[in-house]
Amino acid sequence: MDLPPPPANPAEPAAPAAAEVRPGEGGRGAAPARRMRAATAAAPSPAGGGGLALPPPPDGPFLRLLRSAGFRFALLFAALFAASTLAFALVLWWGTAVALDRQTDAVLRADALALAERWREAGAAGTAEAIDERLAVDVEAESIYLLRAPDGRRLAGNLDRWPPEMEDASTAWADLLIAHDGRSSEARLHTIDLSDGYRLLVGRDVSDKLRVRKLIAEGLLWAAGFALLFALFGAWLLGRALETRLRPAFETAAAIAGGDLAQRVRLTGLGDEFDRLGATMNAMLDQIDRLMAGVQGVSDAIAHDLRTPIARARAKLEDALRSTQGRATPEGQAVLRAAMEEGIADLDAVTRVFEALLRIAEAEAGARRAAFAPLDLVPLLADLAEFYGAAAEARGQRLETEFPASVRLTGDRDLVLQAVANLLDNAVKFGPPGGTVRLSARALDEPGPAGAPLAAEVTVTDAGPGLSPADRARAGERFFRADSSRGTPGSGLGLSLVLAVAHLHRGELVLEDAVPGGQPPGLRARLRLASG
Amino acid sequence: MRILLVEDDAEVARFVKKGLQEAGHVVEHAASGRDGLFLAASEQFDLLVLDRMLPGGVDGVRLVETLRGQGNRTPVLFLSALSAVDERVRGLKAGGDDYLVKPFAFAELLARVEALGRRPATDAPTTKLRVADLELDLLSRTVTRAGKRIEVQPREFRLLEHLMRHAGQVVTRTMLLEKVWDYHFDPQTNVIDVHVSRLRQKLDKGFDKPLIHTVRNAGYMIRAD
Repeated sequence: MDLPPPPANPAEPAAPAAAEVRPGEGGRGAAPARRMRAATAAAPSPAGGGGLALPPPPDGPFLRLLRSAGFRFALLFAALFAASTLAFALVLWWGTAVALDRQTDAVLRADALALAERWREAGAAGTAEAIDERLAVDVEAESIYLLRAPDGRRLAGNLDRWPPEMEDASTAWADLLIAHDGRSSEARLHTIDLSDGYRLLVGRDVSDKLRVRKLIAEGLLWAAGFALLFALFGAWLLGRALETRLRPAFETAAAIAGGDLAQRVRLTGLGDEFDRLGATMNAMLDQIDRLMAGVQGVSDAIAHDLRTPIARARAKLEDALRSTQGRATPEGQAVLRAAMEEGIADLDAVTRVFEALLRIAEAEAGARRAAFAPLDLVPLLADLAEFYGAAAEARGQRLETEFPASVRLTGDRDLVLQAVANLLDNAVKFGPPGGTVRLSARALDEPGPAGAPLAAEVTVTDAGPGLSPADRARAGERFFRADSSRGTPGSGLGLSLVLAVAHLHRGELVLEDAVPGGQPPGLRARLRLASG
Repeated sequence: MRILLVEDDAEVARFVKKGLQEAGHVVEHAASGRDGLFLAASEQFDLLVLDRMLPGGVDGVRLVETLRGQGNRTPVLFLSALSAVDERVRGLKAGGDDYLVKPFAFAELLARVEALGRRPATDAPTTKLRVADLELDLLSRTVTRAGKRIEVQPREFRLLEHLMRHAGQVVTRTMLLEKVWDYHFDPQTNVIDVHVSRLRQKLDKGFDKPLIHTVRNAGYMIRAD
């Protein structure tokens, strides 16, 4: 089967490539680069890597046809169709030809029984008379009779001699070519033994019935042949239609695999399965696009936030090395030593950022849902408040708490604690000396953003400078740091983790002014989590 | 102490071995899980330091599971580049006693090695811990120094208990965070220092001999002199 022509739409850059490679040629001469790209698109055989926009290697039209799923489906339907035709023919055959045979047999048996009865009542003469009567009324000369005496004499009937095939007494039924009434024809014969060695043969000429049977058989054969032909043609049409409909999705996927992420599946607007497949693919591609953009942003941020401390460490070490060159003095030693210690501290900072990034990735991947367990947040938060209370006091702040008796949640203890710890750390860091940080929790029962009902809310409020609405929207981004926070230590990953933990628990993080319109407005962070 | 180090990275192994030897320990090194298992099963060690991922078909977790299956109770410290919390839990579940994520400061490793290696051999309940004139009564939950009662918060009591159980040994901030608070995350600030210095103020107030010492680049140590 040849390829359908390339789509007329010139906006499909993959299409010309599709038209270039013909089956049989298999694109064997394709440039290596293209073949590699085809390989990344998971082409099953490297030998035929026929460019991006093509199905697997067309070894030949027939093989290619066999590989087509559409053709195979259609073939399956053709087989089913043929099977049903066959069943239909068999039933028809049974109902006509076989029924005719059975009818003949029944008539013969009844006739023979009637004559045997006659034999018992009236003897040989009466039977012969009855046979003659029957023959006399049979205008179409279809009946065959022969009454034979034990000595082989013919007592009555229209057969000249007893068929030798039926000499054996055990052969009660036979289909024979027999001469009677001056012609030779197919006949169904039945013999019975009368008493005293007399035998009776009853038969019917079935040549007419055979003709009917032959007509039926021919009709059925023709019908089946045409059915098969139509089925094959249908299979071919269906396969071709499937291929045509799948081609846009296929070409898009191939183009994407080739690196062109801007490609989208062309929809026909019919809203059928293929359109739905295409729409789903497009939605998936949009999501991949967003993720890629996110990854790009993160790699930029990583490049900056990891490279900076690495560069700092490197600069310090190199500087120490150069400035102490040739100076094996105690001061030189001290300089080197200090530089090394600082270098190690810088590396530790890199490790911390790295650790934080991995933790966020873990939470975002949702892999940690396995660690979910029923928790009571109140004692956990009270502990945490005590833990950070010391840090707050060290900065001249107060940490106030407000908890109900218990707040139940099914979640990840470590991640929830770390999220709240990050919020508290921020609050203490940005709150003014003498300010108050508030940590509170309450049970919730309201629909959440991800459909799951929210079960708990943890609120951390500080009296710091707050976040502008623009910064608030970006606060969850990795490495984002508001301009006002440049002077404070931190990686810009704290809120990213909080956000990731909120998402892991199918909840949300709400950032708002603690005192709307206040100066400073402060920040209230509400971590709202769904259970389980 | 006689320590078996099973670590496939030659540089890390050299660094750890050298450091532990300098601290006065005898170190045997195996570069694969198979060799490590053979050594651990055939010889007597006070402590095993195992890399979590090892070549040779037997990784750290398998090694510990095999040893524990044979009734070998030698303390095990895992070193691992796998930092996910689940990985840590898996390592501890398999029979590990402590888990340290790479990269680590040598001081951290040494502190944990000594804490593990010098654990009391029996679990016989101690009711009183004593360092110099400081006494901690585990039953009445009271702290006295030179006979004078010192009021501490429950968490401070646990902090002090941990320090005193490892008297004369360095206890790092991370160890305190893990063992006293059961927190397995980076608190980002020096909160531990704040807690320790609060405790220190309470203990040393009115006495001229400080008991809790800061060990530079490592952590804290409580000792008599």
